[in-house]
Amino acid sequence: MQMLAYLIPVSLGLGGLGLVAFVWTLRARQYEDPKGDAERILAPDWDEHPKA
Amino acid sequence: MTTAISACPACIAAPAAERLASVPDAPAGPARLVLSLPTAHCAACISDVERALLAHPGVSAARVNLSLRRVAVEAAPAVTAPELVTVLAGIGYEAHELDPDALRMTETDRRGRDLLMRIGIAGFAMMNIMLLSVAVWSGAEDATRDMFHWISAAIALPTVAFAGQPFFAGALAALKARRLGMDVPISLGLILASAMSLFETINHGHHVFFDGAVMLSFFLLTGRYLEYRSRAAARSAAEELAALEVPRAHLLRDGAEVEVPIADLRPGDLVRVRPGQRMPCDGRVATGASELDRSLLTGETLPVAVAPGAVVSAGEVNLTGPLEVSVTAAGRDSSLNRMAGLVAIAESARNRYTSLADRMARGYAPVVHILSAGAFAGWLWISGGDVRLALNVAVAVLIITCPCALALAVPAVVTAASGRLFRRGLLIKNPTALERLAEIDTVVFDKTGTLTLGTPEPEGFAALPLATRQVAAALAGASSHPLARAIAQAAEGLEPVAVEDLREVAGQGVEGRIGDSRLRLGRAEWLGVAPGARTATWLRIGAAAPVEIAFTDRLRPGAAEAVAGLKAQGKRVELVSGDVAPAVAALAAKLGIADWLAGQRPEDKAAHLQALASAGARVLMVGDGLNDTAALAAAHASISPASALDAARAASDIVLLGTDLAPVEQAVKTAVVARARIKQNFAISLGYNAIAVPLALVGMATPLAAAVAMSLSSLSVSLNALRLR
Repeated sequence: MQMLAYLIPVSLGLGGLGLVAFVWTLRARQYEDPKGDAERILAPDWDEHPKA
Repeated sequence: MTTAISACPACIAAPAAERLASVPDAPAGPARLVLSLPTAHCAACISDVERALLAHPGVSAARVNLSLRRVAVEAAPAVTAPELVTVLAGIGYEAHELDPDALRMTETDRRGRDLLMRIGIAGFAMMNIMLLSVAVWSGAEDATRDMFHWISAAIALPTVAFAGQPFFAGALAALKARRLGMDVPISLGLILASAMSLFETINHGHHVFFDGAVMLSFFLLTGRYLEYRSRAAARSAAEELAALEVPRAHLLRDGAEVEVPIADLRPGDLVRVRPGQRMPCDGRVATGASELDRSLLTGETLPVAVAPGAVVSAGEVNLTGPLEVSVTAAGRDSSLNRMAGLVAIAESARNRYTSLADRMARGYAPVVHILSAGAFAGWLWISGGDVRLALNVAVAVLIITCPCALALAVPAVVTAASGRLFRRGLLIKNPTALERLAEIDTVVFDKTGTLTLGTPEPEGFAALPLATRQVAAALAGASSHPLARAIAQAAEGLEPVAVEDLREVAGQGVEGRIGDSRLRLGRAEWLGVAPGARTATWLRIGAAAPVEIAFTDRLRPGAAEAVAGLKAQGKRVELVSGDVAPAVAALAAKLGIADWLAGQRPEDKAAHLQALASAGARVLMVGDGLNDTAALAAAHASISPASALDAARAASDIVLLGTDLAPVEQAVKTAVVARARIKQNFAISLGYNAIAVPLALVGMATPLAAAVAMSLSSLSVSLNALRLR
C-alpha cells in the first residue's frame, strides 16, 4: 500500500500535464482550422528550416 | 438571432457571453483584410495563395483558413482588397472581398473556446476520478477508501464549480423567469450530488457520486458544444454571404466621384449608379435615362424604363444608362431595410415554435423533481427518520434521471443532419428549422429567381436566318441590357458582321448601320410596332418589317426534379408570383403545378400564406426576392437560394448554396428522417431511465450502476445519430 503514496501523485501529475497541454493548444488557437492544418503538414515549404 | 437564442432554454447563458465578446479588439496598426476563397482545397492552394500575397508589396502577413475557405491578410493601409483579388486572380484563384465587420469572428470563437475549455477540464477530472472510483468499486476499504474519496472531492468540487457554470447561469435565468428548463434539474443534480458526496466523505460513507457529477457535466457540455457548433457554422456562413456584398456607393461631391460606404449617405446627396450596379438607396432620378430590373423587389421579369423625376428604390438594378440619383432615404430608412422590420415581426412569431427538446424538457423536469422528492419522503418514512439514507436515495434518483442522453439526443442528430445537408449545398440557419421542415405538407414556390434563374433566353432564335442572327448579335454586343446579353450568348460562335455607327439609346435599344441599311434592335414602340404580351425585343434591318425575338425565363437546374420529387412525397405544390399571368401559367404548365397565382404583391403573398396556415396547412416557402421576404418569414419553414437578396436570406431558415434546386426535395426527406431519429433517441434515453430509475427508487443504485447507465445511454444516442450521416 506504500506504493499508493507515489502512484497517486504520479498519475494525477501525468493527467495534469495533459490538461496543461490541452489548455495551451486551446489558447494557441490550434482548433481554428483543423482541415488546413491537416493539409499544411504535407507542404514542403518549411522542410529545410522552420518558419521564422 | 438574439430572440432565437432565448427561445432555447439551454442557451440562456448566451447573452452574457455575447456581451462579453462584444468588446471590440482594437484594430491598431496595419489594416486587416479578409477574402473568401471558394476554390481553395489543398496544401498546394495554401502555399500558392500565401506566397502570392506575401510577395505583394505592403502585405505583412497572410494566413489561409481552409476550414472556412478564407484568407486573412495584414497589410499596410494603402493596400486595398480589390488589388489582392486581382493578384489572386492572376495565379488562378477566385477570391471575393469580405466585410470584416460583418464577420465578427472573435465573438463566435470565444464562446466555442470557452465551452471547449470546460469540456477539457471536465474530461480530465472525469478520467482521474474514475481511476480512483474503480479502486473503491473493486473493494478498497476503510482508510484507503476515505483517502480516495478525499482526493476525488479535491478534484471534483472545483471541476463542478467551473464546468457547471453554463448550467447554473441557465437555471438561474429560468428560475427568474418562473419556469423549469432542463437546466434546473441539471444544476440541482450537480449541486446536491456534490454536497451529499462531500458529507458522505466526511462521515466515512460507502457511496459517493463525485464521478457521476463530473461525468454528467462532461456529457452535458459535449451536447451543448455540438449544438453550439452547428449553429456557429451556419451563422458564420450566413455572415459570409452578407459580407460578400460590401456596401459601397459612388457619391458625387462637388462634381467629383468618391466611393463611400452606404451608411454614410444622407438624404439630398447625389449618387451615380452605373449600368449593372444596384441602387444603394431610395431616391429620385436627377439626370439620365435607363431601364431598371425590379425582379428582386416585385418579381417582374420585364425591365422598367425610368427618366428624370422617376422614383427608384434600393435593391433595383440599373441596366442600360448611367443615372444620377438624388438620395431620399438611405441605410436604415430605405425601403430595403424597412422590409427587414416586417421580417422581424414575423420571425418573433416563428421563435414561439416549441421544439421537440423544449416540449420534452417541459414534461420531464417536473417528473424528475417529483420522483426524487417522493423518494426522499418515502425513504424517510420507511427508515423511520433516517435523513442521510433518504437523501442518498434522492440524490441517486436525481443523478440517474439527469438528462445526459436527452441533452445529446437532439444536438447529435441536428449536427449529423446539418452536416449531411451542407455537403449537398444546404445551409441550416435556424436550430428548429429541421423539425419544422419535417412537418410541412404544402410547398409554395416563387417564380422569378427561384424556379427560374431570372435570366432570359431567346425563344426560337436558332430558327432565324443566319444573316438576321449575325446582325442581332452585332447589335446586342453593344449593350449590357439582360435581353441583349441573352442574344449575344445565344449567338456565340457566329461569324461577326461589321456594323458602323453603333450606338445605344438609353431605355430604347441599340442602333447602327451596314452600308446604307439602318439597323435597330430594341423596344417595340421604338421600332414602331405594337408591343405584345410576351417579353420580346424587335429587330429591323433596313426597310424590312421588324422581326420579333421573344424570350422565356430559363428554368433553374433541378427545378423540375424538385417539384416532381415533392409531389411524389405527397406534398401540395403551389406557384405564387408577382409576374403577369401568361408567364406564370406557362411555367406552371411546364412543371406540372396545378395551383398558381399571378400578379401577387408582397402583401398578397404573405396574406396567401396566412390563409393557408389558418386553413391548417404547414407551408414551406421557397423564394428569393424582396417581394417574398414577408412570405418567407410568415411560412412554417422557408428556403432561399444564395442569389437572393440579403433580406430574403435573413428571413429564411435554410439557404441553398448552389444553383441547383433539387436539394430542396432532399432537405425535406432528411428532415423527416432526422425527426424520426430524435424521437428514437428520446425513446432510448427514456428506456435506460425506465430500468435505472426503479433501481434507484428502491435504493439499489450504486455509483457504479449510475456511471454505467449514463455512459451507455449517451453512447447509444450518439451512435444512433451518426447513422444519419
